[in-house]
Amino acid sequence: MSAALTLATSRRILTQLRHDHRTVAMMVLLPSLLLVLLRYVFDDQRAFGAAAPALLAVFPFAIMFIVTSITTLRERTTATLERLMTLPIGKLDLLGGYAIAFGLVAVAQVLVATGISLSWLGLEIEGSVWLLVVIAALDALLGTALGLLASAFARTEFQAVQFMPAVVMPQILLCGLFAPRESMTPVLEWLSHLMPLSYAVDALDQVTRSSAVDGTLVRNLLVVAACVVAALVLGAATLRRRTA
Amino acid sequence: MTSDAVVVEGLRVRRGAREVLHGVDLAVPRGSVTGLVGPSGCGKTTLMRSIVGVQVVAGGRVTVLGEPAGSPVLRGRIGYATQNPAVYADLTVRESLRYFAAILRAPREDVNRVIEEVGLGSHADHLVGRLSGGQLNRASLAVALLGAPELLVLDEPTVGLDPLLRDELWAMFHRLVERGATLVVSSHVMDEAARCDRLLLMRDGHILADDTPAALRTRTATDDLEQAFLTLVRERQVTS
Repeated sequence: MSAALTLATSRRILTQLRHDHRTVAMMVLLPSLLLVLLRYVFDDQRAFGAAAPALLAVFPFAIMFIVTSITTLRERTTATLERLMTLPIGKLDLLGGYAIAFGLVAVAQVLVATGISLSWLGLEIEGSVWLLVVIAALDALLGTALGLLASAFARTEFQAVQFMPAVVMPQILLCGLFAPRESMTPVLEWLSHLMPLSYAVDALDQVTRSSAVDGTLVRNLLVVAACVVAALVLGAATLRRRTA
Repeated sequence: MTSDAVVVEGLRVRRGAREVLHGVDLAVPRGSVTGLVGPSGCGKTTLMRSIVGVQVVAGGRVTVLGEPAGSPVLRGRIGYATQNPAVYADLTVRESLRYFAAILRAPREDVNRVIEEVGLGSHADHLVGRLSGGQLNRASLAVALLGAPELLVLDEPTVGLDPLLRDELWAMFHRLVERGATLVVSSHVMDEAARCDRLLLMRDGHILADDTPAALRTRTATDDLEQAFLTLVRERQVTS
């Protein structure tokens, strides 16, 4: 791996984004707008306060998943990937470049969403705001990494778009947002343990409710981080120098 | 160091259930422009992909600059322009080239050099996605010229270009050879074949002829390479 090539790749991707103002605006603002919408749907501070932390994880996760899977699929299906595979750049340099570029966008997205939730929407949290931002950003990064991986299994953009309900929705349904995970039937509870988003939502809930940074919180964060790394490495394995 | 830049022995490639290259043998001498000529669908692109090492191969051996094709030491020594333009549509010509130059660790001024070489100076800061087909092709060709590749593999680089530009590009190909590079250029237009030092005529996954244009004309007793090609195809049909 080479830091210079990874950074060159991130710079290239961010430059591509810079030419596409509408996409940037949507990526940065969409989660915030959805949270504002939710606040007025509930029209109740307490109900909003219970759901919002989880959604601070869920919205960036879903948006980054779909943006990344489409962008990488585009790279895979146009000749640029084939050209890159003939050049002295490692697969992890390429995926690392994607992760850093979209990671930065995710941080911007989360900062705006958290800022608006805490000020305008009146969300109150017990723990550290920065920890909240870190967890939400890690979550967006998880969406990015899974999107990179999912793009390997899609041949067309139509298929890639459908991976969003296939990969993201079950995680949202099982993460404890709609029903507490402990109250689910054992099979579903067991499934929810397999989904990385569950750990992120647990971590966010904890930061909202208490200022303690304990073993459970650290474990949850490590699980999410490990899933990010695993998805990136698996994603690299799906990039082939030689194709049929 | 051998005198051949590319040696292909018994190359077989299967795509799906169909075999598209049936035991191809050929050699590309260093310091030449070798034209790969044949109808669309005859296996030119597959052969070129095998040379640059991105094609899964079913059998045979491909040696490039003395190394097995696709070996890591070759990355950066080969310039490859795919048939579908391989440049980012949402970057400007210059931004796209800067990225590839960074990967190749090519000097910064290389970007300006290749922009001039392909005649895109006036469009350097235009978005690639807004270029015309011919300009797009040249933007993609420019990437292959970055650094100082010893071997250039160019898949149909002159498609959609007006005759004047085509002429300029062929002059440039010969200048690259004078600088010591070897070029493999595919085309399905016969009038370009005459500008190559050597010709590989291809049809249905076989090499029909591997010779100089002059020798091909003599062998088939015609001045016209199109006719020469037809003669060779008919000869083969009689023998098989």
